[in-house]
Amino acid sequence: MSTDKRLVKKTSLDKLFDSIKQQGKTIFAPKLKNGKVNYEQVERFSDIATDYIQTTQSAKVVAFPRTEKILDYTKSKEGIAVVEIDLQSISEVVIWGVRPCDAAGFLPLSAIFNWDTKDIIYNTRLEKTTLIGFSCNKCDESCFCTSVAGNPGGTEGSDMMLTQLGDNGDYLAEIITEKGKTIVDKNPDLFETAGEIDKQKYLADVPVKFNQTEIKDKLANFFENEIWLQQSLRCIGCGACASVCPTCACFDIQDEEHGKRGSRVRCWDNCGLSIFTLHTSGHNPREYQSQRWRQRILHKFSYMPERLSVYGCSGCGRCSRACPVDMNIIEHLTAIQEA
Amino acid sequence: MSENIYMPYQMRIEKITHEAPGVKTFRLKFINEEDENKFNFRAGQFGEYSVYGVGESTFCVASSPTRKGYIECTFRQTGKVTSALQRCEEGSVIGFRGPYGNVFPLEEWKGKSLLFIAGGIALPPMRCVIWNALDLRENFKDITILYGARTVPDLVYKHELKEWAERGDVKLVTTVDPGGETPDWKGEIGFVPAVLEKMAPKSENTIAIVCGPPIMIKYTFPVLDKFGFTDETIYTTLENRMKCGFGKCGRCNVGNVYVCKDGPVFNLKQLKELPAEY
Repeated sequence: MSTDKRLVKKTSLDKLFDSIKQQGKTIFAPKLKNGKVNYEQVERFSDIATDYIQTTQSAKVVAFPRTEKILDYTKSKEGIAVVEIDLQSISEVVIWGVRPCDAAGFLPLSAIFNWDTKDIIYNTRLEKTTLIGFSCNKCDESCFCTSVAGNPGGTEGSDMMLTQLGDNGDYLAEIITEKGKTIVDKNPDLFETAGEIDKQKYLADVPVKFNQTEIKDKLANFFENEIWLQQSLRCIGCGACASVCPTCACFDIQDEEHGKRGSRVRCWDNCGLSIFTLHTSGHNPREYQSQRWRQRILHKFSYMPERLSVYGCSGCGRCSRACPVDMNIIEHLTAIQEA
Repeated sequence: MSENIYMPYQMRIEKITHEAPGVKTFRLKFINEEDENKFNFRAGQFGEYSVYGVGESTFCVASSPTRKGYIECTFRQTGKVTSALQRCEEGSVIGFRGPYGNVFPLEEWKGKSLLFIAGGIALPPMRCVIWNALDLRENFKDITILYGARTVPDLVYKHELKEWAERGDVKLVTTVDPGGETPDWKGEIGFVPAVLEKMAPKSENTIAIVCGPPIMIKYTFPVLDKFGFTDETIYTTLENRMKCGFGKCGRCNVGNVYVCKDGPVFNLKQLKELPAEY
């Protein structure tokens, strides 16, 4: 569908929030808690944080939780009864205030979960999620969405995109999908007709730092290069970068048992950890941190575009912000491009 | 079968065979008849075997697809899940997801001779192909099996080795490492590559299938090369740590090649194109 543009008064924003809430949907929105802004379940419009650049964790937790059950079982004298996870029980969720980079992050995630076999658990969660994006009117030095085909007003992945027109202005609402249209249909009074609006001038200025196509081409023959060791010498292998990444999909499968009952759970895993590829025999194909760092960069900027036709990065900059030893993804990718 | 790709088939352990110290073979029957009827696999594929409450472990299907009604797996007790599997008894229920991965191209090999070279616990992934070929014996010319282990007790499938030795249409050579022999050992003594060299295998119209510990593989390839085997005629199967089995969990890749999807079966030409990361 072509993008329908409407205007939402600044004073109507809370009414929109309340209306969605009254429809029985769970709303996740950026909220200040313990000194960090994160997507949390929010009950009141006034609880939503406004003064922040980026949430610490990405929005992916909603469709791809840190840990989630994939089956339950009960053991008894008669044997083991295994029960599938009930997809019907997954509730409808709205993520309010998604940054364009987080919304765009769902594209690579969806590609991974569907490139061959279809992951119905992920797909159901995403189907039941409505993403209301908010354009960025400010950024910091870690942001680089414009280098990875995104932009601070990018609508990719969002169902509806709101852009505030000036510091105290009203909001331009771009209705991108059917899910977005449903919100408008349920609240026709809140969405006024919009005239010609150029949202560009209200967006943050995110400078382009590198060219991802050039980097992809460079990486095609870059496996054996000293840069991996140079860049990863200070890496302590903590895995913080993958924990905050909106596009990292690697996971582990573990069983958790309590008495006679248990569950098989899928939980986030992390290519920066040495145990990730460790064989039971003790052999490890990625024994050194430099090999693990290489895997991280190649996976996102070479293997994924080659195999899945999508880059594994949306330019949110969280990995640089989270890194305890200040490894900066922009610096490292720029160095690769220039190598 | 469920739409949930992580949902295992429920399998009952019908028979347990002690193969070697720490090594067992399970014959698994589908509990749900409908699952059994729908299930299909081909030689070379693998699966995720699970003990509820402990977890999943990846290994090949060791029985031939020509043998219907059950699957078999052979594993050595090494980690958490294989230790839990070792404790299972006949009648126990375990989970199985699969089959995953590509296959040995047996169709393409019609009319050719097959040379199997296996070391230690790597006979199980090859046993599937061996029985598949033997059950379709008329499709192939000579079938030769070279199998070595550290010691005589470490040889797996002892009853089947005897059966293959007695068959007129299979040439079987077994060997154990020097010092691993018993007083009544009648087979060869020596490492697999050395025994292979002594056998002087013919490469003409022959496919070599090699599977074993990395050190055995490393020294076997040059011997095959010496006897004129080209890279396209040498096959092996790779292992890597896996969780999902279908290209999502993100750890089994070698470069941009996923062992779980693009493998585990590779010929030497494909193997040489991979970066050294396995």
